[in-house]
Amino acid sequence: MQLSEVLNAGRFFYLVPFVVFFPVIGLLINIFLGGRMGEKAIGAIACLASGLSFVIAVMLGIALLGHPAGMSLPYLNWITLGNLQLDWAFRVDTLSVTMMLVVGGVGTLIHIYAVGYMHEDVRHNSDPGRFRRFFVYFNLFIAAMMILVSANNYMMLFIGWEGVGLCSYLLISFWYEKGKDGIGNALAGKKAFIVNRIGDFGFLIAAFLMYKYFQPLAANGVFSFDFDTVANLASQVPPSIILAITLFMLLGVTGKSAQLPLFVWLPDAMAGPTPVSALIHAATMVTAGVYLVARSHAMYTLVPVAQNWVAIVGAVTAFFAATIALAQFDIKKVLAYSTISQLGFMVAAVGMGAFAAGMFHLVMHAFFKALLFLSAGSVIQGVERGEHEVGHDSNLRKRMKHELNFDPQDMRNMGGLRRRMKTTYWVYLIGALALAGIVPLAGFWSKDEILAEASTLNPAVYILLIIAAFFTAFYMGRQVFMVFFGEPRSEPAAHAEESPAIMTVPLIILAFLSIVGGFLNFPTFHTFTTWLDHTILAATEGATGAEAAAGGFNIVVAILSTVLALGAITLAWYLYMRRTQEMQKLPLNQRPDDPLRSIIGPIFTLLENKYWVDEFYGYLVVKPYQWLSTFLAEKVDWAFWHDFFHDTVLARGFNSLTHLLAGPIDLGFIDGIANFLGDGFKELATQTRKLQSGFVRNYALSIFIGVIFIIGYLILRLG
Amino acid sequence: MLPVNYYLGLAIILFTLGALGVLIRRNAIVIFMSIELMLNAANLAFVAYARYWQSMNGQIFVFFIMTVAAAEVAIGLALIVTIFRTKASIDVDQISTLKG
Repeated sequence: MQLSEVLNAGRFFYLVPFVVFFPVIGLLINIFLGGRMGEKAIGAIACLASGLSFVIAVMLGIALLGHPAGMSLPYLNWITLGNLQLDWAFRVDTLSVTMMLVVGGVGTLIHIYAVGYMHEDVRHNSDPGRFRRFFVYFNLFIAAMMILVSANNYMMLFIGWEGVGLCSYLLISFWYEKGKDGIGNALAGKKAFIVNRIGDFGFLIAAFLMYKYFQPLAANGVFSFDFDTVANLASQVPPSIILAITLFMLLGVTGKSAQLPLFVWLPDAMAGPTPVSALIHAATMVTAGVYLVARSHAMYTLVPVAQNWVAIVGAVTAFFAATIALAQFDIKKVLAYSTISQLGFMVAAVGMGAFAAGMFHLVMHAFFKALLFLSAGSVIQGVERGEHEVGHDSNLRKRMKHELNFDPQDMRNMGGLRRRMKTTYWVYLIGALALAGIVPLAGFWSKDEILAEASTLNPAVYILLIIAAFFTAFYMGRQVFMVFFGEPRSEPAAHAEESPAIMTVPLIILAFLSIVGGFLNFPTFHTFTTWLDHTILAATEGATGAEAAAGGFNIVVAILSTVLALGAITLAWYLYMRRTQEMQKLPLNQRPDDPLRSIIGPIFTLLENKYWVDEFYGYLVVKPYQWLSTFLAEKVDWAFWHDFFHDTVLARGFNSLTHLLAGPIDLGFIDGIANFLGDGFKELATQTRKLQSGFVRNYALSIFIGVIFIIGYLILRLG
Repeated sequence: MLPVNYYLGLAIILFTLGALGVLIRRNAIVIFMSIELMLNAANLAFVAYARYWQSMNGQIFVFFIMTVAAAEVAIGLALIVTIFRTKASIDVDQISTLKG
């Protein structure tokens, strides 16, 4: 058949630039023509741009079935500088296409959802004009993320890496004039940007080191940061250098993927609209760090110390963030810490060399965490609709009086929503069970693969991860019970309304993916691992490839984690259903807001305040830095440079120089000459005018004397 | 015939009287007359030498001098009359407006 010939020839590979071009075209249309188009047209263009990108990714995926080795496609020569040659080169292989499929697929679903969500959000925040801006940023993000995942060299990857950081900043502070004190959202965006700069610094140092040590080894001495070149040459570089490169790269990973110690920006990033949290801060951008480690597997497998560090960072983050998520009340903050925790799982997996397991969890996590965030957005808007309705009903409004500062994201204000928002309830439940790791949903398979790998590769990581998995199930249970079960704890929650179909349909699709996604890598078939092995095993063969690819399903681990997850959910049910009902009988002022608080007390406060990490960083870094900035601004710049150097030294020095030139030199010397001449002639004239007596006889006398002299002279001369 | 030296001596005396008159006297008319005296002293010297040398040149000079003197008198007296009209005096010491 014709089609199969095309597929087998791999011609589709040449379409790869269009995964970037389509979103760019979409955003350009929306920038230049969007002003005259309605919301529906703008949304359609944006969704279409993202959707076409996804179609290209699917075609590339199909083509890869015939040519699993993939190819790299140099597109443009970007910078040629001595021994450095940077190209806009695209790479099509199983790893990059996996990421493209996630970014394009989940991205398109979130775009469609966002059309419905932003329609209400811009009205709720009373600026409908910002609808277009949102989708321009959204398409820009898809373009930048596609650049990141389709790059064939570290520098092009870095362009995408910075591009998604920019979009993250723009979208976190999308409602920049809102938030705490009217500046909270802007501060959150700034924080995300600055914390990411620290990570990017690590990435850049790694790139510089790479250039310094790989360039002399490269063919013809021309180095292009090409992934294959780096992978092939890595074994010729001293291991200590590879260790430094990988550890600096780890710093970049901790920034972008919100790992310890740079995770603090992600919870604040929830200030952005919910589709942003789903797309950027859960499904795609934050996984870039995991992708980077998987992409650099050739270097990481060479230095077990670095791998160990990556695994430890991931595992500790997974555990640490999971504990914080236990005690959050903001529905999105719980999911944010959950994201950090799940990213920890992925980082730990790729750190241990279980690249396929990490990537598998990345994809599954993209499904169910995007689902959870979008459902949370649906819940929040449902409650906002309830609040709106309550505000228009005078009877109900009276009962709302004590809730002037109503927070539609606070789970303490929710409850009983399963009756009001049926679709959202069901998809949320599926997402939560998938995240908790209940068989046979997506999270079960991917998480258990990581746990199974960890149980053989690194026992310490395994213990941390299994505790984190337990907490995961617990906080998801807590969230579901608090939000959807029990009685409504506020009037808006009692009047919440279901979201429109444009929002619920993408949720249902994501829920479906969260249910069946796990079968992509079903044990004994390991389709996904085999798929990725075309890329990862090919490069690591001979190193530790065989071990990394082992992949596995350990029935003991699986049963243990399922039992723990079910136990955690039961515990959550006991605390948040039974105990909460019992506590309802207590008077309002004695009733704790969370049953867990009455059990673990101070520890709960510690968790609720996120271990005071933000305050600690503020004290350790921000305050001294602000002090230093103030010192530099006021003392060094203002007092020294401005007041002393400019005003005293320069201005006064110049003033005295001009005074010197004007006074003694110009007035004294130059003018002195002219004045001396003038005065001299004046004096001469004064003296000589006296000769003019005006008396005729005097003149006659002088003529007479003159004649005598002349005659006398003539006589003497002639005589 | 008297030698030419006597004539010259008289011319010198006349000239000296004229010069002194110009330098000493303050009346413009007198100064004017003194100038005439000097001119005539020169005339006398001219005619004396003309006779001495038997030449007509000197006598021709005298005629020219007399002509010039006549013109001078016409202008000079006119000036004096004008000065007198403005200053009501012909004392040359009073006319010192050109004093520097």
